[in-house]
Amino acid sequence: MLDNLIEVFSYAFMIRAALAGSLISLCAALLGVSLVLRRCSMIGDGLSHVGFGALVVAFALHAAPLAVAIPVVGGAAFLLLRLSEDGKIAGDAAIALVSTSSLALGAIVISKTSGMNVDVYNYMFGSILSISEADTYLCLFLSVVLIVMFVLCYDGIFAVTFDETFARACGIDAGAYNVVIALLTAMTITLGMRMMGALLITSLIIFPPITSMRVFKKFKSVVICSAVLSVTCFLAGIILSCLFYTPAGASVVAANMAAFAVFSVIAMLKS
Amino acid sequence: MALLALRDVSFAYGSETVVNGVSFELSPRDFLCVLGENGSGKSTLVKGILSLLKPSSGEIFMGDGLRASEIGYMPQTTQLQKDFPASVFEVVISGQLAKRGRFRPFYTGLDRASAEEKLDSLGILGLRDKSFCDLSGGQRQRALLARALCAARKLLIMDEPTAGLDPHATEELYGVIRKLNEDGLAIIMVSHDTALAKRCATHILHIGHPGQCGYCGGQRVFFGAASEYYN
Repeated sequence: MLDNLIEVFSYAFMIRAALAGSLISLCAALLGVSLVLRRCSMIGDGLSHVGFGALVVAFALHAAPLAVAIPVVGGAAFLLLRLSEDGKIAGDAAIALVSTSSLALGAIVISKTSGMNVDVYNYMFGSILSISEADTYLCLFLSVVLIVMFVLCYDGIFAVTFDETFARACGIDAGAYNVVIALLTAMTITLGMRMMGALLITSLIIFPPITSMRVFKKFKSVVICSAVLSVTCFLAGIILSCLFYTPAGASVVAANMAAFAVFSVIAMLKS
Repeated sequence: MALLALRDVSFAYGSETVVNGVSFELSPRDFLCVLGENGSGKSTLVKGILSLLKPSSGEIFMGDGLRASEIGYMPQTTQLQKDFPASVFEVVISGQLAKRGRFRPFYTGLDRASAEEKLDSLGILGLRDKSFCDLSGGQRQRALLARALCAARKLLIMDEPTAGLDPHATEELYGVIRKLNEDGLAIIMVSHDTALAKRCATHILHIGHPGQCGYCGGQRVFFGAASEYYN
């Protein structure tokens, strides 16, 4: 079993996938803490469906997948924020509208072009093989930008997440924080969804913060624990997937489920 | 010179006027209690004073070098999440953000010391590392008050600070607020407790819907010294 594992990780693409995936998991967890606490968990799910639609269209047009998906998903993130801020359509309804629309569009484009094939299956459930060298650099760039911004804006992010009205009263531009968080989420989702799958990528955003909150009661501890947990679960999932030939995304989610169970038990024992 | 003056100020959400032509003045060290029924526009007025809403007409003046971001604000706790993972200290120090320059990313030792001093003055320094969601109602209000004090320079605005507190905790919190006022902080407190307002406040502003005018927004029914308020 160990030999098998060593052999798998001797391939350059595996190392790339593990590196890029860890960085994406880290970003997703950091953004996730704020999104989950602001009751915006499903924004990731909505955006990943938009990403799916965009990838399928890009595939049909023989265009570079990320070049199409990143601006489209970014636009969708911005639109979702606007829709829910206007208050004319409730936030969760807006997400459902946008995500089902893009899924429908994707399905129509698939039926008219390639039909359901391996590529489409991979978009939905994820594949490690999809990470190119260029993607790895993009992930590296995104994660550095995100971590630097997160550290520099940490106090503001806490204030806006905990009590947006008070933060605004303190002169913090909460609107700008919202836009930045939405755009970074869009980037993270798009980069991560081909590896994790459009249907499963939201788990990277939601599981680590929720799991951390079982045990930790301070914002800083939750953030740090989420980041560590997210990367650990991702690597565990990838190793599982190599050992048992299971889909990468699903294996990562399974690892996150196990972590959630363990943390729940710890929380129960503590209280 | 007035610390804060509103002249004929109205606020509207879309086409619906919520506050209609309210005027009043607040001098340093005043304790103004804003009374009114639910839906009379009290909370909207507060948001307007904090510059979170633009008046649809009228003007708000601030004197004595006061800026909107230097007003300490204590919101209703009901608007906050019950299960948010945050320590009391994390919550309180976030009030220092109001005084921090836009391009200074971290709290300094001075910020930390100031937050601790506020905790100490409200008698909750011992709760510093407790989880905010594990606090009792009264302790939670004190923590939010400490946060507001971190931001406040001359003026503190409170929106129903005693909502959901038992009579004992209410009495204690009023004691703390009165002490802050005696120490020189001007206070605006939204409430619907008329009796306590008359006891604590120096001035009272009552907004409501006079006559049949139920749809044209809350208007000033009374403004003046607390001792002149009968109703």
